[in-house]
Amino acid sequence: MAKQTVTVTLTVNGETHTAEVEPRLLLVHFLREHLNLTGTHIGCDTTHCGACTVLMNGRAVKSCTVLTVQADGATIKTIEGMAENGKMHPLQEGFHVEHGLQCGYCTPGMIMRAAELLAKNPDPTEDEIRWGISGNLCRCTGYVNIVKAIQYAARKLREQAAAGS
Amino acid sequence: MEAEVRTSPTICGMGHRMKRKEDARFLFGKGRYVDDIKLPGMLYMDIVRSPFAHARIKSINAERALAMDGVVAVITGKDLEKYNLHWMPTLMGDTQMVLPTDRVMYQAQEVAAVIATDRYIAADAVEAIEVEYEPLEPVIDPFRALEPDAPVLRTDKGKTDNHIWHWEVGDREATERAFQEADVVVKQQIYIPRIHVASIETCGCIADYNPVEGKLTVYMTTQAPHVVRTALALVAGHVSLSEEKIRVISPDIGGGFGGKVPIYPGYVIAIAASVLLGRPVKWIEDRSENLQADSFARDYHITAELAATKDGKITALRIKTLADHGYTDAAANPSKFPAGLFSICTGSYDIKHAFVEVDAVYTNKPPGGVAYRCSFRVTEAVHAIERMVDVLAQKLDMDPAELRFKNFIQPDQFPYKSALGWEYDSGNYPAALRKAMDLIGYEELRREQAERRARGELMGIGISSFTEIVGAGPSRHFDILGIKMFDSCELRIHPTGKAIARFGTKSQGQGHETTYAQIIAEELGIPAAHVQVEEGDTDTAPYGLGTYASRSTPTAGAAAAMAARKVREKARKIAAYLLEVSEEDLEWEPGVFRVKGAPDKSVTIQEIAFAAYTNHPPGMEAGLEAVHYYDPPNLTFPFGSYICVVDIDKGTGQVKIRRFVAVDDCGHVINPMIVEGQIHGGLTMGFAPAMMEELVYDEEGNILTGSFMDYLLPTAVETPRWETARTVTPSPHHPLGAKGVGESATVGAPAAIVNAVVDALSPYGVTHIDIPITPYKVWKILHEKGVV
Repeated sequence: MAKQTVTVTLTVNGETHTAEVEPRLLLVHFLREHLNLTGTHIGCDTTHCGACTVLMNGRAVKSCTVLTVQADGATIKTIEGMAENGKMHPLQEGFHVEHGLQCGYCTPGMIMRAAELLAKNPDPTEDEIRWGISGNLCRCTGYVNIVKAIQYAARKLREQAAAGS
Repeated sequence: MEAEVRTSPTICGMGHRMKRKEDARFLFGKGRYVDDIKLPGMLYMDIVRSPFAHARIKSINAERALAMDGVVAVITGKDLEKYNLHWMPTLMGDTQMVLPTDRVMYQAQEVAAVIATDRYIAADAVEAIEVEYEPLEPVIDPFRALEPDAPVLRTDKGKTDNHIWHWEVGDREATERAFQEADVVVKQQIYIPRIHVASIETCGCIADYNPVEGKLTVYMTTQAPHVVRTALALVAGHVSLSEEKIRVISPDIGGGFGGKVPIYPGYVIAIAASVLLGRPVKWIEDRSENLQADSFARDYHITAELAATKDGKITALRIKTLADHGYTDAAANPSKFPAGLFSICTGSYDIKHAFVEVDAVYTNKPPGGVAYRCSFRVTEAVHAIERMVDVLAQKLDMDPAELRFKNFIQPDQFPYKSALGWEYDSGNYPAALRKAMDLIGYEELRREQAERRARGELMGIGISSFTEIVGAGPSRHFDILGIKMFDSCELRIHPTGKAIARFGTKSQGQGHETTYAQIIAEELGIPAAHVQVEEGDTDTAPYGLGTYASRSTPTAGAAAAMAARKVREKARKIAAYLLEVSEEDLEWEPGVFRVKGAPDKSVTIQEIAFAAYTNHPPGMEAGLEAVHYYDPPNLTFPFGSYICVVDIDKGTGQVKIRRFVAVDDCGHVINPMIVEGQIHGGLTMGFAPAMMEELVYDEEGNILTGSFMDYLLPTAVETPRWETARTVTPSPHHPLGAKGVGESATVGAPAAIVNAVVDALSPYGVTHIDIPITPYKVWKILHEKGVV
């Protein structure tokens, strides 16, 4: 039986890609294996760990539970799209300055989830941050410095917004 | 006292909170984990696994799978048997099936492998393979395993029962006498359940055999690449894979915690497939496979007893343990220590008599013996003694802090020889506990507790004053498969004064690229930013035993210091030549040799490095480099005191950790930022098994916690807000005065939490609760004891 495929068009980190994909192809595999964007990781296959989190039309989704065909027409942002002109996004900077990463495996998903969180709530409390990232598991840091990293980024983004307005 | 910071921020030696050198690639999404690597012509492997815990394989029919487009091969035990590769030795001196030819011994055991052009096709083909099983009676309960009519599991080894070994240490008679003479004896059953490290990256590999060169390259999630290479050469030497033709590369690793030390069948099958097919084969397990089939930790059924005088001086400790090892011997330990370092169980206390015995048994569960972020079986030991001290305190109606102070090994007793044979290097246990009590406001909390108790509220305070034992070697005692447990550093200074250092260890997030660079910066004055650290490639790195059991700083960190000192000695000779003085006339400050009495006459390490290649003294070899294989004279003994405060909801049984103060002492600190990060993570991996995690099996051997739906990892919401502090008691034998730190908190935290919960419930006659302390478990106790 010939493989069924579907044509999809996605904008990933500002670049438009059109591809023939199997209907069952997971978005995370499309990103990692078709586009070679391996910064998005796979940690559990069951939507619990959040290592595969990306932004789809601005919303954080776990890309192991999104079919590529569901993302047809969507705008996707992955960790590779966070830095601008080689300069770290305030979240990336925050994770570095506050030692918010150790093995680095959960980090891209954690940053993408935090990006959505801060877009919706620029000044979150510690509780709001902790609840906000509770769909993303980290085994190394005990979350202490991840919370600090997100607070750092929130501060910096608010300062940037204030300077820009 | 904190160690003095001796170097400038530019050099960034020990004590600086240097930001990590490895961060950038992870933050830009450019890390290189095994699954990120794609090789030309690469095939994908997936595995058929057993639904039964114990069964005979009657037939395997792969016809439908082989007929599928994109399926290249199906490999079974019969295929491997032709090459005598269907069994392999384990790192703990047992044997294990790679693929079965007859029986399966645990649920999710590998039964056959599919190799296909795509991972989706491989998964489809797994579904298409038909295996006929004849279920056999499983042995799940380790006590049942010892009954005379229990099915014998390892008949392949000629065994007639399921008992693996008996191990004992200490003076049985003297301990017995001490118990007979004691005013007070307490006894407690303690179960330390089976748990799983569940690093967020699962295990996997790419085996890439080049048939023309006869060379095998394996990219692999391993904490110990060099040992793996040697083990592969020993296993596969007969099929022409000799050690110089094997290259193991451990790229970025997404967390290890011990789970990436064993050599799993999946790796070996992928290697066999690549050799047979002459193409690269990738195998990446999914989370369910990881939780169900990869090695577990712990599973110790402990009976512990303490003897004491009526005023609370502990006189003896006795422990008897049944260890459920699963289908292979789970003693993933240095070969002379089947129960690992469990005999550290006298803990922080001056106990004159002790006797410990452990019996290990086979059951129909996956093989195990990984440590779950602790030095070999140290958590089991610490949990036992720290629980027992509280059980005794409760019996004597004495404050658990007071009882600890009364029994601590005192600072002037170091080096201290324990009743079970260890020589503790250094410690100041009263200082650590006093500091933790001051930070948390212990006396005030006890007053508050009394008031709350009067109102019928449930509040508890728990202490754990643990001692760890980490950093194996020394090699006269410690080996794995006969390979001595040293570790290594190879340091080369380039002409422009920059350096590359390679190590036999392998970071999985610990920050070696930064801390090792800081050690070399400390010793040579070369800025840490200019020291490139590499690990994990057996073709380039010096031989070492790997990273686990908190051994990197005690062994490879020491090797870095020693290699740098060798370089400095050669640098001194070159400096003397350049400055035209004798070596004795030179004094060293980080990065510079100066002439004594004429400090303006000096030469920098960078100038010396250049001279080593351009203007070295006549008769001296060119270049500036050194290798050191460090064999520690003793282990290091980090310690700490933790205090936990809990409130219990009477309606739901939920335990809320209100505060948790951790005072750690790992000797001199290389990078305080990284040490704090290690403690935060370690505490969370202590909290996890204390409150949430357990691998549960039903009586048929079905795993009931085979995904993250049931095997619960702490999220940011449950995880307590850790408060950390340090005391500094240097190790007298480590070149930098440092001790290991990555696992202390995992070892020490669970007892503090349990002690707090038991303390809250002690007015109702509760003396012990086994971990994990789930709300349901507490709710049941509240009802059974008539609290609500």
